[in-house]
Amino acid sequence: MRAADHLSCAELVELVTDYLDGALPPAERVRFEEHLVYCPGCIYHLDQMRRTIALTGRLTEESIPAPVAGQLLGAFRDWKRSAR
Amino acid sequence: MTTPPAASALASHEDLELVRALRAGDERVFAQLVDRYQSSLVRLAATFVGSRAVAEEVAQDTWLGVIKGIDRFEGRSTLKTWIFRILTNTAKTRAQREGRSIPFSALSADDSSEPSVDPDRFLDQSHPTWAGHWNAYPRSWDEIPDNKLVSKETRELIERTIEDLPDGQRLVVRLRDVEGFTSEEVCDVLGISDGNQRVLLHRARSKIRAALESYLEEQV
Repeated sequence: MRAADHLSCAELVELVTDYLDGALPPAERVRFEEHLVYCPGCIYHLDQMRRTIALTGRLTEESIPAPVAGQLLGAFRDWKRSAR
Repeated sequence: MTTPPAASALASHEDLELVRALRAGDERVFAQLVDRYQSSLVRLAATFVGSRAVAEEVAQDTWLGVIKGIDRFEGRSTLKTWIFRILTNTAKTRAQREGRSIPFSALSADDSSEPSVDPDRFLDQSHPTWAGHWNAYPRSWDEIPDNKLVSKETRELIERTIEDLPDGQRLVVRLRDVEGFTSEEVCDVLGISDGNQRVLLHRARSKIRAALESYLEEQV
Protein backbone atom coordinates (compact mmCIF):
# COMPACT_ATOMS: atom_id res chain seq x y z
CA MET A 1 0.00 0.00 0.00
CA ARG A 2 1.34 3.45 -0.88
CA ALA A 3 2.10 5.90 1.92
CA ALA A 4 -0.40 8.34 0.36
CA ASP A 5 -3.19 5.93 1.28
CA HIS A 6 -2.46 6.39 4.96
CA LEU A 7 -3.89 9.09 7.16
CA SER A 8 -1.45 10.97 9.30
CA CYS A 9 -2.35 11.60 12.93
CA ALA A 10 -2.68 15.32 12.19
CA GLU A 11 -5.27 14.45 9.52
CA LEU A 12 -7.10 11.94 11.68
CA VAL A 13 -7.74 14.37 14.54
CA GLU A 14 -9.68 16.60 12.13
CA LEU A 15 -12.04 13.75 11.24
CA VAL A 16 -13.07 12.56 14.69
CA THR A 17 -16.49 14.23 14.80
CA ASP A 18 -17.29 13.07 11.26
CA TYR A 19 -16.23 9.57 12.28
CA LEU A 20 -18.33 9.53 15.45
CA ASP A 21 -21.33 10.90 13.52
CA GLY A 22 -21.00 8.18 10.91
CA ALA A 23 -20.54 10.93 8.33
CA LEU A 24 -17.30 9.71 6.74
CA PRO A 25 -17.55 8.21 3.27
CA PRO A 26 -16.92 4.44 3.48
CA ALA A 27 -13.38 4.61 2.06
CA GLU A 28 -12.40 7.34 4.52
CA ARG A 29 -13.88 5.36 7.36
CA VAL A 30 -11.73 2.40 6.42
CA ARG A 31 -8.60 4.60 6.34
CA PHE A 32 -9.55 6.02 9.75
CA GLU A 33 -10.00 2.60 11.31
CA GLU A 34 -6.85 1.20 9.69
CA HIS A 35 -4.87 4.02 11.23
CA LEU A 36 -6.20 3.14 14.68
CA VAL A 37 -4.89 -0.40 14.30
CA TYR A 38 -1.26 0.72 14.42
CA CYS A 39 -1.50 4.05 16.32
CA PRO A 40 -2.06 3.97 20.10
CA GLY A 41 -1.70 7.78 20.17
CA CYS A 42 -4.80 8.23 18.04
CA ILE A 43 -6.67 5.62 20.08
CA TYR A 44 -5.99 7.72 23.19
CA HIS A 45 -6.96 10.88 21.34
CA LEU A 46 -10.23 9.35 20.17
CA ASP A 47 -10.91 8.17 23.71
CA GLN A 48 -10.24 11.69 25.04
CA MET A 49 -12.75 13.11 22.56
CA ARG A 50 -15.35 10.52 23.59
CA ARG A 51 -14.81 11.35 27.25
CA THR A 52 -14.98 15.07 26.49
CA ILE A 53 -18.38 14.55 24.89
CA ALA A 54 -19.59 12.45 27.82
CA LEU A 55 -18.37 14.98 30.40
CA THR A 56 -19.98 17.85 28.48
CA GLY A 57 -23.22 15.89 28.54
CA ARG A 58 -23.13 15.84 32.32
CA LEU A 59 -23.46 19.62 32.62
CA THR A 60 -27.23 19.33 32.75
CA GLU A 61 -27.05 17.23 35.92
CA GLU A 62 -26.10 20.22 38.01
CA SER A 63 -28.34 22.71 36.33
CA ILE A 64 -30.97 24.29 38.52
CA PRO A 65 -34.45 23.08 37.57
CA ALA A 66 -36.16 25.87 35.74
CA PRO A 67 -39.28 27.14 37.43
CA VAL A 68 -42.45 27.29 35.41
CA ALA A 69 -44.43 30.43 35.92
CA GLY A 70 -47.85 29.65 37.34
CA GLN A 71 -49.57 31.88 34.84
CA LEU A 72 -48.52 29.60 31.98
CA LEU A 73 -51.33 27.11 32.50
CA GLY A 74 -53.65 30.08 32.98
CA ALA A 75 -52.56 31.44 29.61
CA PHE A 76 -53.26 28.06 28.03
CA ARG A 77 -56.72 27.98 29.61
CA ASP A 78 -57.50 31.52 28.43
CA TRP A 79 -56.44 30.66 24.90
CA LYS A 80 -58.63 27.58 24.93
CA ARG A 81 -61.60 29.62 26.13
CA SER A 82 -61.14 32.45 23.62
CA ALA A 83 -60.68 29.97 20.80
CA ARG A 84 -64.14 28.56 21.31
CA MET B 1 -19.68 28.32 0.21
CA THR B 2 -23.18 27.60 1.41
CA THR B 3 -24.88 24.27 1.31
CA PRO B 4 -28.62 24.10 1.85
CA PRO B 5 -29.84 22.97 5.26
CA ALA B 6 -30.39 19.27 5.55
CA ALA B 7 -33.91 18.08 4.84
CA SER B 8 -36.01 18.37 7.98
CA ALA B 9 -37.49 15.43 9.76
CA LEU B 10 -41.26 15.57 9.60
CA ALA B 11 -43.53 15.47 12.62
CA SER B 12 -43.87 11.99 14.03
CA HIS B 13 -47.17 10.26 14.66
CA GLU B 14 -46.73 11.03 18.36
CA ASP B 15 -46.14 14.71 17.55
CA LEU B 16 -49.36 14.90 15.60
CA GLU B 17 -51.23 13.28 18.48
CA LEU B 18 -49.77 15.85 20.89
CA VAL B 19 -50.68 18.71 18.59
CA ARG B 20 -54.23 17.41 18.27
CA ALA B 21 -54.50 17.25 22.06
CA LEU B 22 -53.12 20.79 22.45
CA ARG B 23 -55.57 22.15 19.91
CA ALA B 24 -58.34 20.42 21.82
CA GLY B 25 -57.16 22.25 24.93
CA ASP B 26 -55.70 19.30 26.84
CA GLU B 27 -53.95 20.96 29.77
CA ARG B 28 -52.27 17.77 30.88
CA VAL B 29 -50.48 17.41 27.55
CA PHE B 30 -49.43 21.04 27.65
CA ALA B 31 -48.03 20.63 31.18
CA GLN B 32 -46.14 17.50 30.10
CA LEU B 33 -44.50 19.34 27.23
CA VAL B 34 -43.51 22.19 29.50
CA ASP B 35 -42.04 19.67 31.93
CA ARG B 36 -40.09 17.95 29.20
CA TYR B 37 -38.49 21.02 27.63
CA GLN B 38 -38.53 23.87 30.15
CA SER B 39 -35.03 23.33 31.56
CA SER B 40 -33.49 22.98 28.10
CA LEU B 41 -35.30 26.08 26.90
CA VAL B 42 -34.02 28.17 29.80
CA ARG B 43 -30.44 26.91 29.43
CA LEU B 44 -30.43 27.63 25.71
CA ALA B 45 -32.09 31.00 26.07
CA ALA B 46 -29.30 31.92 28.51
CA THR B 47 -26.80 31.29 25.70
CA PHE B 48 -28.43 34.14 23.79
CA VAL B 49 -29.40 36.60 26.48
CA GLY B 50 -26.78 36.08 29.14
CA SER B 51 -28.90 36.37 32.25
CA ARG B 52 -30.83 33.59 33.90
CA ALA B 53 -33.77 35.85 34.78
CA VAL B 54 -34.16 37.07 31.20
CA ALA B 55 -33.73 33.48 29.95
CA GLU B 56 -36.68 32.41 32.09
CA GLU B 57 -38.78 35.20 30.56
CA VAL B 58 -37.73 34.08 27.08
CA ALA B 59 -38.81 30.51 27.89
CA GLN B 60 -42.12 31.86 29.15
CA ASP B 61 -42.61 33.85 25.93
CA THR B 62 -41.71 30.75 23.95
CA TRP B 63 -44.58 28.81 25.53
CA LEU B 64 -46.94 31.68 24.85
CA GLY B 65 -45.71 31.53 21.24
CA VAL B 66 -46.42 27.80 21.20
CA ILE B 67 -49.97 28.37 22.43
CA LYS B 68 -50.61 31.09 19.89
CA GLY B 69 -49.00 29.22 17.02
CA ILE B 70 -50.19 25.67 17.57
CA ASP B 71 -53.07 26.04 15.13
CA ARG B 72 -50.55 26.88 12.42
CA PHE B 73 -48.26 23.89 13.09
CA GLU B 74 -48.12 22.04 9.79
CA GLY B 75 -46.02 19.03 10.73
CA ARG B 76 -43.17 19.96 8.41
CA SER B 77 -40.77 19.65 11.32
CA THR B 78 -40.89 17.72 14.55
CA LEU B 79 -42.77 19.36 17.39
CA LYS B 80 -39.52 19.61 19.32
CA THR B 81 -37.60 21.50 16.64
CA TRP B 82 -40.64 23.71 16.05
CA ILE B 83 -40.68 24.68 19.75
CA PHE B 84 -36.93 25.32 19.79
CA ARG B 85 -37.15 27.45 16.66
CA ILE B 86 -39.69 29.60 18.46
CA LEU B 87 -37.22 29.79 21.32
CA THR B 88 -34.29 30.88 19.14
CA ASN B 89 -36.42 33.51 17.41
CA THR B 90 -37.75 34.83 20.70
CA ALA B 91 -34.27 34.82 22.23
CA LYS B 92 -32.70 36.58 19.23
CA THR B 93 -35.29 39.34 19.36
CA ARG B 94 -34.76 39.73 23.07
CA ALA B 95 -30.96 39.69 22.72
CA GLN B 96 -31.12 42.42 20.07
CA ARG B 97 -33.17 44.56 22.41
CA GLU B 98 -30.50 44.03 25.05
CA GLY B 99 -27.76 44.90 22.59
CA ARG B 100 -26.10 41.51 22.51
CA SER B 101 -27.29 40.00 19.30
CA ILE B 102 -25.59 37.00 17.79
CA PRO B 103 -24.78 37.85 14.17
CA PHE B 104 -26.16 35.36 11.71
CA SER B 105 -22.69 35.02 10.21
CA ALA B 106 -21.54 33.35 13.42
CA LEU B 107 -23.42 30.26 12.32
CA SER B 108 -21.50 29.72 9.13
CA ALA B 109 -18.18 28.06 9.79
CA ASP B 110 -15.55 30.17 8.11
CA ASP B 111 -12.95 28.54 5.90
CA SER B 112 -10.00 29.53 8.02
CA SER B 113 -8.19 26.48 9.21
CA GLU B 114 -8.30 26.06 12.94
CA PRO B 115 -6.28 23.00 13.89
CA SER B 116 -8.05 20.70 16.35
CA VAL B 117 -4.78 19.89 18.09
CA ASP B 118 -1.75 22.15 18.52
CA PRO B 119 0.42 21.53 15.39
CA ASP B 120 3.48 21.36 17.63
CA ARG B 121 2.22 18.01 18.86
CA PHE B 122 2.98 16.48 15.46
CA LEU B 123 6.28 15.77 13.68
CA ASP B 124 6.75 18.33 10.94
CA GLN B 125 6.86 17.78 7.22
CA SER B 126 10.64 17.37 7.19
CA HIS B 127 10.41 14.05 9.00
CA PRO B 128 11.29 11.33 6.47
CA THR B 129 8.76 8.68 7.49
CA TRP B 130 6.48 9.98 10.21
CA ALA B 131 5.55 13.51 9.15
CA GLY B 132 2.21 14.49 10.67
CA HIS B 133 2.37 11.78 13.34
CA TRP B 134 2.42 12.43 17.08
CA ASN B 135 5.82 13.44 18.40
CA ALA B 136 4.63 12.22 21.79
CA TYR B 137 1.45 10.23 22.24
CA PRO B 138 -1.50 11.77 24.04
CA ARG B 139 -1.93 10.27 27.48
CA SER B 140 -4.55 7.81 28.44
CA TRP B 141 -7.16 9.34 30.72
CA ASP B 142 -7.75 5.90 32.26
CA GLU B 143 -5.25 6.75 34.98
CA ILE B 144 -7.20 9.83 36.04
CA PRO B 145 -9.44 8.99 38.98
CA ASP B 146 -13.15 9.18 38.28
CA ASN B 147 -13.79 11.62 41.09
CA LYS B 148 -11.42 14.06 39.38
CA LEU B 149 -13.00 13.57 35.98
CA VAL B 150 -16.48 14.27 37.25
CA SER B 151 -15.51 16.86 39.85
CA LYS B 152 -17.11 20.28 40.25
CA GLU B 153 -13.85 21.87 39.04
CA THR B 154 -13.92 19.85 35.83
CA ARG B 155 -17.53 20.81 35.23
CA GLU B 156 -16.79 24.47 35.82
CA LEU B 157 -13.83 24.33 33.46
CA ILE B 158 -16.06 22.90 30.72
CA GLU B 159 -18.71 25.58 31.41
CA ARG B 160 -16.13 28.37 31.19
CA THR B 161 -14.58 26.94 28.04
CA ILE B 162 -18.00 26.73 26.36
CA GLU B 163 -18.84 30.30 27.40
CA ASP B 164 -15.62 31.54 25.79
CA LEU B 165 -16.31 29.83 22.45
CA PRO B 166 -17.35 31.87 19.41
CA ASP B 167 -21.18 32.15 19.20
CA GLY B 168 -21.79 29.50 16.53
CA GLN B 169 -19.58 26.89 18.18
CA ARG B 170 -21.13 27.59 21.57
CA LEU B 171 -24.69 27.19 20.29
CA VAL B 172 -23.99 23.99 18.39
CA VAL B 173 -22.07 22.27 21.19
CA ARG B 174 -24.75 23.24 23.70
CA LEU B 175 -27.46 21.76 21.52
CA ARG B 176 -25.58 18.62 20.51
CA ASP B 177 -23.47 17.65 23.51
CA VAL B 178 -25.17 19.37 26.45
CA GLU B 179 -28.83 19.00 25.45
CA GLY B 180 -28.31 15.84 23.41
CA PHE B 181 -29.96 16.98 20.16
CA THR B 182 -29.26 14.96 17.01
CA SER B 183 -27.36 16.65 14.18
CA GLU B 184 -30.60 16.75 12.19
CA GLU B 185 -32.38 18.57 15.03
CA VAL B 186 -29.56 21.10 15.34
CA CYS B 187 -29.69 21.84 11.61
CA ASP B 188 -33.47 22.28 11.77
CA VAL B 189 -33.39 24.57 14.79
CA LEU B 190 -30.51 26.77 13.62
CA GLY B 191 -31.22 26.55 9.88
CA ILE B 192 -27.68 25.50 8.97
CA SER B 193 -26.28 22.70 6.84
CA ASP B 194 -25.18 19.37 8.24
CA GLY B 195 -21.56 19.95 7.22
CA ASN B 196 -21.56 23.39 8.79
CA GLN B 197 -22.87 22.25 12.13
CA ARG B 198 -20.31 19.44 12.20
CA VAL B 199 -17.41 21.84 11.58
CA LEU B 200 -18.64 24.11 14.39
CA LEU B 201 -19.18 21.14 16.69
CA HIS B 202 -15.75 19.68 15.98
CA ARG B 203 -14.02 22.97 16.72
CA ALA B 204 -15.95 23.35 19.96
CA ARG B 205 -15.24 19.78 21.12
CA SER B 206 -11.58 20.09 20.22
CA LYS B 207 -11.21 23.21 22.37
CA ILE B 208 -13.00 21.60 25.30
CA ARG B 209 -10.78 18.52 24.97
CA ALA B 210 -7.64 20.67 24.88
CA ALA B 211 -8.77 22.58 27.99
CA LEU B 212 -9.51 19.32 29.79
CA GLU B 213 -6.18 17.85 28.73
CA SER B 214 -4.12 20.67 30.19
CA TYR B 215 -6.23 20.73 33.36
CA LEU B 216 -6.40 16.98 34.00
CA GLU B 217 -2.84 16.15 33.10
CA GLU B 218 -1.16 18.83 35.18
CA GLN B 219 -2.41 16.99 38.27
CA VAL B 220 -1.71 13.39 37.35
